[in-house]
Amino acid sequence: MRIAAQEGRGRLKVLLGAAPGVGKTYEMLTDGAQRKRAGVDVVVGVVETHGRAETEALTQGHEIIPRAEIAYEGRTLTEMDLDAILARRPQLVLVDELAHTNAPGSRHPKRYQDVEELLAAGIDVYSTVNIQHIESLNDVVASFTRVRVRETVPDRILEAAEIEVVDIPPDELIERLKEGKVYIPQEATRALSHFFSKSNLSALRELALRRAAQAVDTQMLDYLRQHALAGTWAGGDRVVVAVSELPGADGLVRATKRMADALRAPWTAVHIETPRSRTFNETERKRLASVLNLASLLGGQVASVPAASVVAGLRAYATEVRATQLVVGKSMRSRWFELYHGSVVDRLVRETPGLAVHVLPLEAESAKREAGAADVPIREGAQWGPHSAYGWTALMVAAVTAVGSALFQILNLGNVALLFLLPVMVASSLFGLRPGIFAGILSSLAYNFFFLPPTGTLSVNNPENVITIIVLLGVAFVTSQFAARTRAQADLAASSARQNAALAGFLRQVTASGNDEELMQAICAEVARLFDVRAVLLVASAEGPQLRAANPPENLLDTIELAAAQWALDKNQPAGRGSDTLTASDWLFHPLRASSRVIGVIGLARDDGRDPVRSDQLPLLMSLLDQAALVLERLKLEEDMRGVAELKERDRLRAALLSSVSHDLRTPLTSILAAAAEMRRLPSAALIDTIEGEAQRLNRFVANLLDMARVESGVIKLSIEPTDLTDAIAGAVQDTRRTLEGHAIQLNVSPNLPLVRIDAQLFHHCLINLLDNAGRYADPGTPITITAERTVGELVLSILDEGPGLPPGRERDVFETFTRIEGSDRAKGGTGLGLAIVKGFAETMGLSVSAANRVEPRGARFSIYFPEKALVREIHQENLV
Amino acid sequence: MSSLAKVLIVDDEPHIRRLLRTTLERASYDVSEAETAVQALDRLARTDPDVVLLDLGLPDRDGLELVPIIRMRTTATLLVVSARDATEQKVTALDLGADDYVTKPFDSEELLARVRTALRHRMSTQGIQSVVIADDVEVDLVNRRVLKGGNDVRLTPKEYGVVAELAKFPGRVITHQQLLSSVWPNDYERHIEYLRVVIRNIRQKIETDVSRPSIIVNELGVGYRLKRADG
Repeated sequence: MRIAAQEGRGRLKVLLGAAPGVGKTYEMLTDGAQRKRAGVDVVVGVVETHGRAETEALTQGHEIIPRAEIAYEGRTLTEMDLDAILARRPQLVLVDELAHTNAPGSRHPKRYQDVEELLAAGIDVYSTVNIQHIESLNDVVASFTRVRVRETVPDRILEAAEIEVVDIPPDELIERLKEGKVYIPQEATRALSHFFSKSNLSALRELALRRAAQAVDTQMLDYLRQHALAGTWAGGDRVVVAVSELPGADGLVRATKRMADALRAPWTAVHIETPRSRTFNETERKRLASVLNLASLLGGQVASVPAASVVAGLRAYATEVRATQLVVGKSMRSRWFELYHGSVVDRLVRETPGLAVHVLPLEAESAKREAGAADVPIREGAQWGPHSAYGWTALMVAAVTAVGSALFQILNLGNVALLFLLPVMVASSLFGLRPGIFAGILSSLAYNFFFLPPTGTLSVNNPENVITIIVLLGVAFVTSQFAARTRAQADLAASSARQNAALAGFLRQVTASGNDEELMQAICAEVARLFDVRAVLLVASAEGPQLRAANPPENLLDTIELAAAQWALDKNQPAGRGSDTLTASDWLFHPLRASSRVIGVIGLARDDGRDPVRSDQLPLLMSLLDQAALVLERLKLEEDMRGVAELKERDRLRAALLSSVSHDLRTPLTSILAAAAEMRRLPSAALIDTIEGEAQRLNRFVANLLDMARVESGVIKLSIEPTDLTDAIAGAVQDTRRTLEGHAIQLNVSPNLPLVRIDAQLFHHCLINLLDNAGRYADPGTPITITAERTVGELVLSILDEGPGLPPGRERDVFETFTRIEGSDRAKGGTGLGLAIVKGFAETMGLSVSAANRVEPRGARFSIYFPEKALVREIHQENLV
Repeated sequence: MSSLAKVLIVDDEPHIRRLLRTTLERASYDVSEAETAVQALDRLARTDPDVVLLDLGLPDRDGLELVPIIRMRTTATLLVVSARDATEQKVTALDLGADDYVTKPFDSEELLARVRTALRHRMSTQGIQSVVIADDVEVDLVNRRVLKGGNDVRLTPKEYGVVAELAKFPGRVITHQQLLSSVWPNDYERHIEYLRVVIRNIRQKIETDVSRPSIIVNELGVGYRLKRADG
């Protein structure tokens, strides 16, 4: 697949180094110069010489594309001028520092995205990167160098590239460092001494060499797959990593990627949506989205599975996808927590036999980076419950105290304590844990103060009463836990049901559409409804993205929006607000992907200026878009298939027509010519009959040909009018009296049949052909019967003959063009068109036809059915007298 | 008739003209021919024919355009003879003033019968016959009575209106439009179903076999014709 996708794309060569200073840039410029001497059109896109003379000297021989200037907060920054390079269209461009982050306001946030665009334009690129910038190795490197770089390059970029390791021994590198030949970025100086230690450099060097070997391996594998050679790659493994909202999940994902690569297995990052997921605050939600995004960036699949508990969800999902390896993170939770909840890991190992469970520590390495983010205490608020809850609770306790004092004479002390259970249970089940505990405390105080001796004080004399207070608090705790869990599960089920319902409803709406236009409009309407956004749908055309549907219909897109849409179409990636690219647009564009291509893009925007889609809604949007694309694709395939079938049918018709025409025109002509020649010598009545008969046959054939042409071309102009079947039948019988000679025509037409709405002319042709057909196949001398009767819901006109009938099982075929019943004699003069014309004309008028055999007497029965709507209802008598 | 009836054949096909000439001369008509519309108008002025057989597919002009011109210039009976069998063409020709319509290929006997009918009409154009007879049915236009086998047939006013319209020109096709506008003068929506049902009701009173009507004959998509006494 990857190789196929590369056709027409430029090739990327990456010079991979273990550390800064190994000479990647130098190597890149030397390589470039070599290619230039070989006659290749080479330009320098961007080179960071860091003021080093030897590197500077190497750029001399190259054409350098000047950098673009970007104004940002009063400063002027320079970046590689992507558009200038694209316009210049060299064969090869040298782009230093693949992991570089572009200045704000550039087209892409990352330089590797610029490179991808160059490659897509068919331009070859040489670039450089250090091993620590590779996404999946990022934390491995950080683990031993203690320097974490933020600028990373996704692995997929390198997987599609040719990798050349620029390698010098660690000692030599350290020497160069001492000589000041290595440029060290400002932020790295601090950790410099540690980073450039010999052991670190050796490890980095090994990593780089291994990565390069792996790239060769992967490319080999691709090649093998591409050419369907029986290879020895490992099969059957599938790795699933469970990700959560906790910091450190990104490290888990990277580790899984490395493991899956080593196993050459597909992998999936799955998030189990438990009731607790609903209480995530914005930071947690964003962190989860970014982890899932990272997994997808690293080439893994992403799934989100609702379940009551993490273990149950993981178990179900692992079974469903036949996972063999499960990676989970072990959080540094307190022992108390585990004692109460039970360790997820222990239960997983116990409950998923046959699954290798890998437990990795969840190191909150990235937590520090996120520490600044405002941790909005949404969850806190939710747990504390609304203020009014405490008011109600206090009120209830007061009420119970009042009731208790009133009944104190009747009740004993223990029963009053029971009475206090009431507010505790009500508060904890209605309002949650904290109001429940509040009720418990309040109740204990009230009980103690008003009822426990010594009353009027808060001191307790009897140890029994201490237990009562503890029980009250315990009940509050337990009840609220149960109630909260039940409530959360119900919420989750409801939200899961809502999502499923949304998806099902969407599919129902969308699949009900009969054509492209309706379908696209339905997609927009549904997306707009489900996400409460404005939605547009655009498809690619020669003049740029073309608006095909919008909801509301008056959506207008300006140039920025159209550029983002075009980008999403071209690159098969999201663009616009909330994505990585062209973020200045108010709209977010998502591609509609079907099997191999982009069908179009869907655009979303909100009036209130917020991001069009919340991160937790993204999976729903994606699955909706996938479904929409599938339906669109299916519709298109169906259309294509229909087109092909039509073409085939047309070809078949043309061939059949030619053979039919040559036969059916020549036979009577031959007879006529022969008879005419004979007449010259000896006139006879028999010869005249021959000429007349054959001429009529010709006439009928030509009429049928003309009719067929009208049916086929679909240009019949209907003139539907109320018609009396008596007239229609009488006319047809009159016009076929010659061909039906020797057959008695029996009419069995009910009087007072309603008038029928038909085109009299077309119907006449139908009847003539049916009668003609009956006359041709009926045994000589047998009667032909025409019946017409009103039945429930319709009116049926049938023509019955007595003869061999139709071959069993072929009853439907007789209406096909050029079908002639097997074994029938061509000399009977059928053209094979007659019944096809009957069917074609009847259907044009909204009628249907059928053919069947009759048993007693043996023969065929052809019927035309007039549905209720083709019948004319009673006419008011006053118009008739 | 004192002299032979004169027939003008307008057709661009020599074979058809020869065939028509042979057939008509055998039946003792005085035949002249025209190949084009221009020639036809010329012959029309010089020969003053009794009957014109007009083909619609002429090389210089659409035959339909000739219909009203011929109608204006002469009192000749006009029969359209054409291979165009679309009903709207027939209706247009008839509504423009043609007296009848014969579709190619035609049966020469049928053609002769149509010419004879047309000629008879021409004779009686000035004075409409007061009594018209078709089989055992008698239509008395003066006393506004219809008899079947000598017995009075009770018709409603609409039914009589239709029968009378047909009887004014026995043997000639009367278009739906003509029948509707004379019997239902206030029905602007042209409810052809009224006409259909009324015809059916009339048939039940005057036809011998209702499922095979022989007195009021349907002309497919065009109109109705009352059968003439001599078949």
